[in-house]
Amino acid sequence: MRPQSLEEAWELNQKKRNRVVGGMMWLKMGTHSFNTAIDLCDLGLDAIEETEDEFRIGAMATLRQMEKHPGLDVYSCGAVKAALCDIVGVQFRNGATLGGSLWRRMGFSDVVALFLAMDSSVELFKGGVVPLEEFVRMPYDNDILVRLIVKKRPGAFALPGGAQAANRPAHAQLRSGQGGGGVPRRRGFPPARAMLLRDERGILAGGITEESAAAFADYAAGAVPVSGNMWGSAEYRRALVPVLVRRTLLALGEVR
Amino acid sequence: MEVTIKLNGRTVSDDVSADMLLIDFVRAHGCLSVKRGCETSACGLCTVLLDGEPVLSCSTLVARADGHSVHTLEGLQDEASEFVGFIADQGAEQCGFCNPGFVMNTIALLRENPDPTDDEILSYLSGNLCRCSGTWVSCEVFATFSPAETWKGALVNRPDYQSVGKSVRQEGLAAAPFGQARVHRGYRA
Repeated sequence: MRPQSLEEAWELNQKKRNRVVGGMMWLKMGTHSFNTAIDLCDLGLDAIEETEDEFRIGAMATLRQMEKHPGLDVYSCGAVKAALCDIVGVQFRNGATLGGSLWRRMGFSDVVALFLAMDSSVELFKGGVVPLEEFVRMPYDNDILVRLIVKKRPGAFALPGGAQAANRPAHAQLRSGQGGGGVPRRRGFPPARAMLLRDERGILAGGITEESAAAFADYAAGAVPVSGNMWGSAEYRRALVPVLVRRTLLALGEVR
Repeated sequence: MEVTIKLNGRTVSDDVSADMLLIDFVRAHGCLSVKRGCETSACGLCTVLLDGEPVLSCSTLVARADGHSVHTLEGLQDEASEFVGFIADQGAEQCGFCNPGFVMNTIALLRENPDPTDDEILSYLSGNLCRCSGTWVSCEVFATFSPAETWKGALVNRPDYQSVGKSVRQEGLAAAPFGQARVHRGYRA
């Protein structure tokens, strides 16, 4: 069904055996049985709006739209494009949606990690505006994800080289001018959900250097929980954490 | 459910099941160039243009295409003919199974960016995979075909090319013009 209003979509989604299809890329990968597929494509949620203070990205905006958006590119110091441009291929990214990526809240998602590093909130039809950091910890429910709101804050963003080769992307943000301390943000590893890692100890308060980056990487190694599965052992991921954190920070230092 | 799609410029209406995929719809209406490959939204064999944008028809519901325009290679013969002829001349079609998807995405790239750089070619065509000749050959043909002479040959110096084209490099062909290297393509992994 292609509901003509958010209320109609929400009502359809209250039935346990109905499902919002998003871009359908992940649904396609599994075997599912449900009564009604809910397609939000008629609700005008495929736009990326930029104002002086924020970006408002509709849940049905595709990854390709975000990748090509000049405003996002400038604001993110190229991190949006860098994070998205290697996801499968252009055709895939023309189908995969922001909402589909965010809703699953998967730890390996470039999209989730990318926007966690920004001052982002999601707008839920019934749940209202919720910080993305809180949203990724929430249990799945039957609400409708309407859009992502990204506040424009002074800062810099970086995606470290090699992260995608390891299939473990990392994104970082450094926001200065708030108590003089940097606020790098890191993500976790699957199967856990994505997470932020703040510089609560002020390790980077004096700026990003080889030494401070290494020190923060050591801190991250102990602070980021990891576990193993069929794609990688916990030991492997534990070893990756400080490497990617250090690369992220050094890349961020260059961006600044 | 009833859908109406402008398929290759012709309005087609049909009664379809709600879970029907676009690939099955276009094939049922004679567009057999659209192939089912990986079934994991990764290989690009099923590429069609939906309102001018390349999408994976294996991962798109017909219901979403309802009221929209869909083009397959059958509907873009004129636009594709020069490039397809060039592929054939180069012997790069191999088994040919992946070619329609590759050509469709190439058309999309050239419409969006008539003079792509080597990075842009590699990036745009990374969603098209070939299991018999290697995706690189297709990119190589594209490089040879493109009028942008400035980046001809630049691709062979890339680290990713050098790993893919190892056997060619061993044959001392990496520095050869693409047109000369093509006869040795069979050596590639």
